[in-house]
Amino acid sequence: MSGGIFADTHHSMHDPYQPGNSVIHRLDARVKLLLTIALIVTGALAAPGAWIVYVLLLTVTLSAAILSELGVGYVLRRSLLVLPFMLAALPVLFAQPGAALLSWAQLSLTVAGLERFLGVVFKSWISLQAAIVLVATTPMPDLLLALRALRLPGLLVSMTGLMWRYLFLMVEEVQRLLRARLARSSVAADGRRGGGTLIWRAQVAGGMVGGLLVRSFERSDRVYAAMLARGYDGEIRLLPRPPAAVWNVVVLVAGLLFFAFVTVLGVLYA
Amino acid sequence: MLFSAVAMHIPDGFLSIVVLVVCWVISLTVIGVALRRLNRLDSDRNDSLMGVLAAAIFAGQMLNFSVTGGTSGHLLGAALATILVGPYAAVLVMTIVVSTQALLFQDGGLLALGANLFNMAVVGVFVAYAVNRLVRRLLGETRLAIFISGFAAAWSSIFVASLACALELAFSGTSPANIAVPAMGGIHALIGLGEGLITLGALAFIYAARRDLLKLGQAQPNGSRAVLIGGTLLAVGLTVFSPWASSHPDGLEWVAEEHGFLGAARDSLYSIIPDYVMPGIQNEALATIVAGVVGVLVVLGLTLGLAYVRRNIRRHAS
Amino acid sequence: MPEAVWVQRLSYAYPDGQQALKDVSFALRPGEKVALVGPNGAGKSTLLLHLNGILRGDGEVQVGGLRVEEKTLGRVRALVGLVFQSPDDQLFSPTVFDDVAFGPIYQGLGRAEVERRVDEALQAVHMQGYAGRVSHHLSVGEKKRIAIATVLAMKPMVLALDEPSAGLDPRARRGLMKLLAELPQAMLVATHDLALVAELLPRMIVMDEGKIVADGDTQVLLRDEALLRQHGLEPLLR
Repeated sequence: MSGGIFADTHHSMHDPYQPGNSVIHRLDARVKLLLTIALIVTGALAAPGAWIVYVLLLTVTLSAAILSELGVGYVLRRSLLVLPFMLAALPVLFAQPGAALLSWAQLSLTVAGLERFLGVVFKSWISLQAAIVLVATTPMPDLLLALRALRLPGLLVSMTGLMWRYLFLMVEEVQRLLRARLARSSVAADGRRGGGTLIWRAQVAGGMVGGLLVRSFERSDRVYAAMLARGYDGEIRLLPRPPAAVWNVVVLVAGLLFFAFVTVLGVLYA
Repeated sequence: MLFSAVAMHIPDGFLSIVVLVVCWVISLTVIGVALRRLNRLDSDRNDSLMGVLAAAIFAGQMLNFSVTGGTSGHLLGAALATILVGPYAAVLVMTIVVSTQALLFQDGGLLALGANLFNMAVVGVFVAYAVNRLVRRLLGETRLAIFISGFAAAWSSIFVASLACALELAFSGTSPANIAVPAMGGIHALIGLGEGLITLGALAFIYAARRDLLKLGQAQPNGSRAVLIGGTLLAVGLTVFSPWASSHPDGLEWVAEEHGFLGAARDSLYSIIPDYVMPGIQNEALATIVAGVVGVLVVLGLTLGLAYVRRNIRRHAS
Repeated sequence: MPEAVWVQRLSYAYPDGQQALKDVSFALRPGEKVALVGPNGAGKSTLLLHLNGILRGDGEVQVGGLRVEEKTLGRVRALVGLVFQSPDDQLFSPTVFDDVAFGPIYQGLGRAEVERRVDEALQAVHMQGYAGRVSHHLSVGEKKRIAIATVLAMKPMVLALDEPSAGLDPRARRGLMKLLAELPQAMLVATHDLALVAELLPRMIVMDEGKIVADGDTQVLLRDEALLRQHGLEPLLR
């Protein structure tokens, strides 16, 4: 499906939620959100060489992957996303003082550098797994309610809800635009080299963005009219959430204690 | 996924606690001020407009154009949002876009979100606003001025945000300033041109189709002056400070190493248990690393094994 | 002269596994105007997307004797003018001129040639004088005509139109039908508008569940009420 300067894009943007009925799926969204954040904070607090922390946290994320019935493969495959950004951490390999393990020219790879680099890699990789399990087992509306329960301002919650409502419609619109552009990206009868100038191509993409924005403004007028028609008065009201079941609270407390324990362990053993 | 407009969404694990805390505090403060201003404006159609605009910016980031070979240019959209709805609403629009990218598509970390918000929703928007206003003040309100100021705002929002990103990595000790600043700044000086051109194309379309929309971002509540000043300070400050930091990378290291409260906390805990040393831990540092990596791999192997066994058991059961 | 379109045993499954086309074969002579009807989800749009290689399934597609494959895509896209259902998706430039000029500019043609192509294309859809207009402000019917002009500017051999009459008021629909009757290119028109089919397109292909279930003379097939009902179509009132 390639060919031409404007290749058809395969940006797969789907709702990451994977329906299911596992223990993790049934866990209250607020508990899941808090525990995910606690796990990532625990990782962030760990020193680069706190291996015991990485091992324990990885055990947690992979257990969650299995318990959620998403499968370890699903989570690991998606967690490879972090790889490109690893480039940003590469220089640290060579930028730490200490005895060199290997050297090329000016660069010398030190133990401290290696330790810090691997620390960054593991931390981001494990954090990513936790976030993947969270969003794959929690539908967006539940996440929004959880964020509201955690005192996120109502305006942000309602804006995010609206965005979510229209996001996939607009993604489809974008895909149709890209497809229409691709359909007219052709070669002349004499086979000459085409493609237009870089500036022209950027302007075309810009025109598509502009069209999308203009239509979205017009859509927002209609959305607003529809909200008014149903009695909207500028105040966002949400149904109150039932209190979390006891087992959820137990999981939350146990989880937080565990992460506190891991943090202390990391500090001691680093 | 992975259509991040720019290589600027920092994942978790790259930033130190101090940097994270500072970025979160600044971002939350600015978002709080923006929320208050917009609430006071008492125009309740804001949330439908901003929600839909956020979706459009989010989706619009997928509209690429090929640069050369396999690379392509994308949009971040901070400048466009600022020009269309003004700085405070744009802060919220970008906040939602960047947060959703982090939360649902793992584009940028959850803890690192504070820093990503600072770079894209605060620096990106403030700088875009300041540059846009200043250039217009110089050139007037002609069609050409709208386009030139839009291009300049888009380019500088990307460039200055990337400097902020580089400095955060440097302050965290993840990437030394003498590498991070020129690398990030250099790449984004180019990526910013793409942002500028797409923004220009979008403004040309909007100018032709719905010129009235370009006026919306102009009518601003009092206090935009604060954004103007803040944006100018951020742009000038980061542009001046980055080269300095880049030539004194050890200075930042020093901040990251010695003044991290974590280091201090660890030292105090060590003094509580002075003689307790794990066997094999305190000697060869490399051995520790190898042991750590082996530990991670063992857990990974065990889990994969367990998952495999589980699947087989299921298959037999069914 | 080669067939305008020649499709042999084409099958296609979407990445999610849904089988959209099953063993589809047919051919269009140059200048032949053919309707493609069937319920939503029958595979009509998917088939159109195969004609210029935006989707590529198993089997063979030829356009003007040129086999659709990686190295011919650029040429094939010029030979097949794909007109999408929503003109908003197709008109992404500020002005009508920019939109119609997209194809020729992309082909690398010189300025004079680009302008000539745009003039000709606008003339063909009776929209001369609209070059400087802003596409966004046009009526749906006008946008449809411009969308057709954007592909005519590439000098196609075949037009593939997806629901051309959808969303048009009666007058705009009548005007569009007149335009389609005038255009000399071969045409494959995916539509639910059987009245348009009866008037304009002498041959009809009926699709359902990814397969061609009937292919023949429009007047004959339109009288086969059992066939129409079986595939979710309503016979025309006579």
